[in-house]
Amino acid sequence: MEVPVNKFDYQQAANTHEASVLVTGNDRANFIAGGTNLIDLWKYNVTNPALLVDINRIKENKTIEEIEGGGIRLGALVSNADTAYHPLIEQRYPLLSSAILAGASGQIRNMASNGGNLMQRTRCYYFYDAEVPCNKRHPGSGCPAISGYNRMHAILGHSEHCIAVFPSDMCVALAALEAVVNVSDANGTRSIPFEDFHRLPESTPEVDNTLKHGEFITSIDLPSNGFSSNYAYLKIRDRNSYAFALVSVATGLALDGDMIREARIALGGVAHKPWRVKAAEDALRGKPVTETSFEQAADLMLEGAQGFKYNRFKIALAKRAIIRNCMMSLHPELQKPGAQP
Amino acid sequence: MAGLSVGKAINRLEGRAKVTGAAKYAGEYNVPDLLYGYVVNSRITKGKIRSIDTTKAKAFDGVVEVFTHENRPKLAWLKLKYKDIDAPSGSALKPLHDAEIKFSGQPIALVVAKDYETARYAATLVSVQYEAEPFETCLETNLDKARDQKNAPKPTGHFEKAYEKSPVKVSAEYLHSTEHHNPIELFATTTIYEGEGKLTIYDKTQWTINNQVYVANVFGLHFKDVRVLAPFVGGAFGSGLRPQYQLFLCVLAALHLKRNVRVTLDRHQMFPFSHRPPTYQKTRFSANNDGKITAMNHIAVSETSEYEDKIEEVVSWSHRLYPAPNTLFQHKLAPLNVHTPLDMRAPGASTAMHAIECTMDALAYKLNMDPLDFRLINYSENDPAEDKPFTSKELKQCYEKAAEKFGWRNRNPVPGSMQHGNKLIGYGMATGIWDAEQYPSRVEAILNKEGRLEIHNATTDIGTGTFTVMTQIAADELGLLPEDVIFSYGDSKNPFSASQGGSSTTASTGVAVVMAVKALKAKLLKKARAISNSRLKKLEDDEISFADGNIILKTDDAPLISFREIIAANKGKEIKTTNLGKPHFLKLRKYSKATHSAAFVEVEIDRDLKTINVTRAVTAVAAGKIINPKTARSQILGAMVWSISKALREETILDENLGKYMNPNLGEYHIPVHADIHDLEVIFADEKDEVINELGVKGVGEIGMIAMPAAITNAIFHATGRRINKLPIHFDALM
Ligand SMILES: Cc1cc2nc3c(=O)[nH]c(=O)nc-3n(C[C@H](O)[C@H](O)[C@H](O)COP(=O)(O)OP(=O)(O)OC[C@H]3O[C@@H](n4cnc5c(N)ncnc54)[C@H](O)[C@@H]3O)c2cc1C
Repeated sequence: MEVPVNKFDYQQAANTHEASVLVTGNDRANFIAGGTNLIDLWKYNVTNPALLVDINRIKENKTIEEIEGGGIRLGALVSNADTAYHPLIEQRYPLLSSAILAGASGQIRNMASNGGNLMQRTRCYYFYDAEVPCNKRHPGSGCPAISGYNRMHAILGHSEHCIAVFPSDMCVALAALEAVVNVSDANGTRSIPFEDFHRLPESTPEVDNTLKHGEFITSIDLPSNGFSSNYAYLKIRDRNSYAFALVSVATGLALDGDMIREARIALGGVAHKPWRVKAAEDALRGKPVTETSFEQAADLMLEGAQGFKYNRFKIALAKRAIIRNCMMSLHPELQKPGAQP
Repeated sequence: MAGLSVGKAINRLEGRAKVTGAAKYAGEYNVPDLLYGYVVNSRITKGKIRSIDTTKAKAFDGVVEVFTHENRPKLAWLKLKYKDIDAPSGSALKPLHDAEIKFSGQPIALVVAKDYETARYAATLVSVQYEAEPFETCLETNLDKARDQKNAPKPTGHFEKAYEKSPVKVSAEYLHSTEHHNPIELFATTTIYEGEGKLTIYDKTQWTINNQVYVANVFGLHFKDVRVLAPFVGGAFGSGLRPQYQLFLCVLAALHLKRNVRVTLDRHQMFPFSHRPPTYQKTRFSANNDGKITAMNHIAVSETSEYEDKIEEVVSWSHRLYPAPNTLFQHKLAPLNVHTPLDMRAPGASTAMHAIECTMDALAYKLNMDPLDFRLINYSENDPAEDKPFTSKELKQCYEKAAEKFGWRNRNPVPGSMQHGNKLIGYGMATGIWDAEQYPSRVEAILNKEGRLEIHNATTDIGTGTFTVMTQIAADELGLLPEDVIFSYGDSKNPFSASQGGSSTTASTGVAVVMAVKALKAKLLKKARAISNSRLKKLEDDEISFADGNIILKTDDAPLISFREIIAANKGKEIKTTNLGKPHFLKLRKYSKATHSAAFVEVEIDRDLKTINVTRAVTAVAAGKIINPKTARSQILGAMVWSISKALREETILDENLGKYMNPNLGEYHIPVHADIHDLEVIFADEKDEVINELGVKGVGEIGMIAMPAAITNAIFHATGRRINKLPIHFDALM
């Protein structure tokens, strides 16, 4: 085999600065980390990079360490597996470990990077099939999912242009933990609160998040409170492993006896981003830990939910899942592998 | 001592080759100067190709040729020539024949290049303009289009009257989605161009001879010049019963370019493909208060393509189990814009028994009877449909042994009554039945110069253990160790074998092996007796036998003459016989033949979230003599896993607006993972069958997945009180 076809350039970046410079301003340039998402999309002709900037040789951002203020910094180039099994994460952020381990497969988690996990694209069938219209792939071409097979699709925050969901498990926990995403490019660095990182589709579903092209995710900061005493992750899907969430829930509770001091609840599999509703969490403050309290919170979280032909069940499912998971967070030791119910 | 291999759980003989990667599959034969083909599939579901421009693809460096309907070489024009031996009525697809598109993903061009990636990339450069036409792909909305088929059994008694009068009745509708075989090995063909009109073809198939005949017919070659080999097959489940499109395209390219060519399909290219047809069913069963069934009506409507009428055996099964005096059966086909369906593991029966056994469960509940007792009340030693005895039927033993092992009698029959924490527990059971077919098969048996036994037959081994069990059968018949038997298979050059389908191979080729070795023994004996002053001259045939490479005296096992001596007397030449093994048609006309099974299943359903797990399952099978308990058990285990898949997981998702399948990959086509599979137990009933064939064997390929999907459905009812009649059952159906 002499000539490589489908020509593209490949460069290894020595550091984050170089990586950013190479990608900035070049629409068809992409970072590649584990490649578990990018290569798939390429094979399906969903993307077609002209320049691949390999970021795996970069020496920075490969550690998990404590930061000032009691939090933890996750390097963007640490693998999902190494993150989930890191002693600091297992002990202080077990919610994050559980969420990561409920995703993909052992092999994929070994390859997948933390930065890549945030950037993974939707698993919508119509997005993946380059032969059919899709507003996310070809803005303005239409959304066949709305009238098509939409079992996996959004019930919250969708628009007439797109009903795709963001598929990550890890990010559901990061949303609940109020992580902060640190990014940099040639012009400097900035930090993005997790809730502002991913976005809703509105009229520009082709834009998944607020990262600018060429900006590099360097790390993810976890605030000091990991809710390690009362947490739970629940993932409901069409098979017990190796399937994306139809609905997932991350819960972290801080309790005063039987009363809730602070609650964090995030949903996965229901929207274009991990779904959090502050009003629901606020309403739980000072309430007793009972199914009734959580039911009220669930109703607040799901306000305005609207399903489609094949996914209406998600509304009732999400409600029950929230209640179950909040109750489960009282007994984190009873969590099942793969975040099964 | 040799001669005791049958009945032993010996390991798969090719196991090591498979797990070490030494086993080569059709797409792995690396021959010099190999060209690679990549298929272009239609983007529309129905209509015409207005234009197809291959200029850019052809100009791409490394591309050798692009074949389309416009430039393909002249081929057989007779429709009949495209009919492979397993083709249903109608006219088979003729790839690249003309501009017409009949289904989404239809192959419309083949790009041939010097390497795979070049071909794959250049395929994206082929530009096609279509003229799309309206299409229909959805069975549910096209039930009214269905045409009646003639294959259903004749009515008996007066169904409507009897049903009307019966005190207890149940009527229900069932549906299941399209399923694709999805063997792990991708479909591939490597064609070696051996010179003018001569080809050696490595192909993924369950029937080497079918593909040989097909290639010879379509391309106008002599049968003897086309050799099809399939030494290893990485699963097929029916998808290899007919030639798939990569074979046609690969051979076309090889013949035209006079080069060696390989075509491997991607996973998604195996979806515009053969599949299990989605089927709608309606049943109406009734019984007297004593539990005796009075009437059964079963209607099935299944999908087919617009060009062939693939029809499965669906509505005939209930009457082969239950003696109802009044029956009415009907089968219809709805032609849609899809490719023709094809047999997929337990075709027809797994479809039918889902409906039948769920209806039986519902009827048992209406009668206030235990579902197992209800089956026993309607148990029939004879085949009620044919009014003939079975050659053997140990179904009762299956029920008893499996129920005992499972603990069925601990069941509280009230739906929802059994709970464990926040999980609802359900127990369900169902019955299975499948044919016990045997087809003629020809075997060549050779005692070679080293005194080892060579057996030649064209059959494949699709992973079922055929290689191993044939070796065991042959070894025992000649009194050798399995190590001294060389079984050559998967080659159309070998003597004839029917397809490896319908659980028929062990009976068909197994019996042929026995017959061929018996003939070989007679020949050896004759040669031995011809040797001057041979002691054998004075001995009758029944005084001697064959063991450990010798002819021996039965009374004291004393060797009389060794195989080596016989070979030596034969001037050092091998000794061979060829024999046809065939069923005893005349004798068997008086009998009905079937394998049976009983499945008992425990499900656990989350009270609030409704997620479903099959936590325990026992399947008991009555399938005559079991040649190798290990490979047979593996067959049943695989089928039980598949039952969980069929009941709860897998389906090909059709977007009816686009007319195409949306989940053509193993990420989204959900087959079970380890975490879905819990305790599975297999029991083989003792079933002696002295009528069916020389070996007393039936077959175990399909019977394991006929009862269990219904048993799971029934267990879900028991846990929740809800009957979900559409497969697969998504947990949210219970919300
Ligand atoms: C079969 C399968 C099943 C899966 N199941 C699950 C599941 O159940 N749950 C789940 O959460 N995930 C699942 N995943 C997704 C998996 O988690 C992601 O593919 C993975 O996290 C992506 O990481 P990566 O390093 O391989 O990214 P890559 O594929 O290398 O990159 C993905 C994208 O991120 C960009 N990128 C990577 N690193 C950076 C960075 N530092 N800064 C800026 N941009 C960057 C790349 O340019 C690219 O656009 C599954 C994946 C597969 C293939």
